Amino acid sequence: MGAAATLALPAYLRKAQAQTAVKVAGVHASPVENAWNSRIHAALQAAAADGLIEYEFSEGVAATDYPRAMREYAEGGAKLIWGESYAVEAEARAVAADYPETAFLMGSSGGPEGDNFGVFGTRNHEAAYLAGMLAGKMSKTGTFGSVGGYPIPEVNLLINAFRMGVKEVNPEAKFLNGFIGAWFDPAKAKEAALAQIDGGADILFGERIGTADGAQERGVKAIGSLIDYTPRYPGTVFANAIWNYRPTIDAIVADVVAGRPVGRDYTEYSFMKYGGNELIYVAEEVPADAIPAMEEKKAAIAAGTFEVPIDATEPA
Amino acid sequence: MTVALDILMTASLWEAVLRIATPLIFGVLGALICERAGVLNLGIEGIMTLGAMVGWLTVYWGGDLWLGMAVAVLVGMMMGWLHAMLTVPLGLSQHVSGLGITLLASALAYYLYRLWVEVGDLPPTIVPFQPLAVPGLSSIPFLGEAVFTQMPPTYVALILVVLVAWFLNRTPAGLALRMTGENPHAVEAQGLNPHRIRIWAVMVGSGLMALGGAFLTTAAFNSFFPTMVQGRGWICIALVVFASWRPGKALIGALLFALFDAFQLRLQTVVEGVPYQLFLMAPYVLSIVALVLVARRARVPEALMQPYRRGER
Repeated sequence: MGAAATLALPAYLRKAQAQTAVKVAGVHASPVENAWNSRIHAALQAAAADGLIEYEFSEGVAATDYPRAMREYAEGGAKLIWGESYAVEAEARAVAADYPETAFLMGSSGGPEGDNFGVFGTRNHEAAYLAGMLAGKMSKTGTFGSVGGYPIPEVNLLINAFRMGVKEVNPEAKFLNGFIGAWFDPAKAKEAALAQIDGGADILFGERIGTADGAQERGVKAIGSLIDYTPRYPGTVFANAIWNYRPTIDAIVADVVAGRPVGRDYTEYSFMKYGGNELIYVAEEVPADAIPAMEEKKAAIAAGTFEVPIDATEPA
Repeated sequence: MTVALDILMTASLWEAVLRIATPLIFGVLGALICERAGVLNLGIEGIMTLGAMVGWLTVYWGGDLWLGMAVAVLVGMMMGWLHAMLTVPLGLSQHVSGLGITLLASALAYYLYRLWVEVGDLPPTIVPFQPLAVPGLSSIPFLGEAVFTQMPPTYVALILVVLVAWFLNRTPAGLALRMTGENPHAVEAQGLNPHRIRIWAVMVGSGLMALGGAFLTTAAFNSFFPTMVQGRGWICIALVVFASWRPGKALIGALLFALFDAFQLRLQTVVEGVPYQLFLMAPYVLSIVALVLVARRARVPEALMQPYRRGER
């Protein structure tokens, strides 16, 4: 319910509604401007602004400190603890077992556990596929690069989805890929991008920030992932595979409010049919004949007649 | 194999080598000056982070890029002063103090950045240094493209190598500094104050380290991020050993490391069927191998990590 609607309610109801705002604590392993965290952080802040939740958070929490931060929020009365358990799977699950009354939602490579440990994966692969369909028609060299952090499943399936999109419209396409072994080393990501441009790539899929800097320097095109990079790199980043986290939050908060167990996989809420990811692009920078096919595919995804394959093998 | 050779023959590879090496050159020169005076400075990783932050912030607040560099040096020197106070007059463990400085400086950078900068979806940007073609020299085929179209701080780094080498080997002050790292008693006997020399060496060295960090946010990239130094400081500490505490060799070490790095980023894109981790490892593994080969003959400053206490034998 929007803020305006809330204000229209009688005072006693407003108060009642304010009390239902779920107390949410976020434990971010990275600083919150790390692209992935920033999407979640922004969505949680928006949910808080709408009165759906109360949101407090810690950021830059080291793995060794992580379980302590989770416990502190659980003791502090948070109803839902959001976090990322990739580096602390066993410890995070142990904390959840100790606080059965608290709901946990963790970015994880593992499955859900018990009644209160829910997980989610990152899925903006459908948008990446569509971006690939645009890119496939744009390249002059027919070579497409991509720069990733680490080859974890969520990164691999994203880069592979981009490639499948390219291949659908350009079966002859060649692909390059580089992993930089860091989540935030823009100087290195830029070097990886330049290396691929030297190798003939003229469109780069930037899973990591810094990729577009290389593209900008050499005057080639790039695609952003998770967030909208176009304002930062106008004329360079022509499309972005946006990840929207709000549907996931709405889903788990609804479960918490209704008292349903949250020990399930919330990944599906990142899919396009829930509005969990979307392609945004600069139409003037894309060849006009590339757009209809892409739009058709987008409609097919929305209608459920086409499913973007999930291939988590490491791209070479 | 021919692929590898082809890559080595491209000017853009060598251009990347200098660019990747620049922060390392600043850092390794800084660490080298500290250690030649007898003080190990493990504060480097944090000092680089703080330098990256304040250098960037100065420009973000409207300062000139060179002013940003100057502020970074100044703040680095302040951190160096703290490290020197703990390790020189107080004679505390250089390891513990250094790691403490790293924790303090990187946390301070993070904290002040949050305090002073509004961050949205993406960290805010500045207009960074642009490549500067040196008139005349940049039109030399290959070499000009590789060496003389760099960003200005890279030229500064290269000139600093010469200056530091000249200072250490050709000036009385440099001699006094080296002697403080070898035999502070002899320095005292000459009527010089070993403590004062060490304090200044650590401050100047730390200033250079901060400059290396500032390069990352004002030249290599245009934003600050709290974890962006990514171990470059630790690499510098290893490079000092590789360089056998000599500025010229330090330059070679930094260039070698950068070469491995630039090379592997390119090999990753063309060689298939090899796990990418092997490529990422390459610069580190090769550095260790080089370290093993060189370190046997390295001449460690005799009084490195030994606090000097007046009148003590």
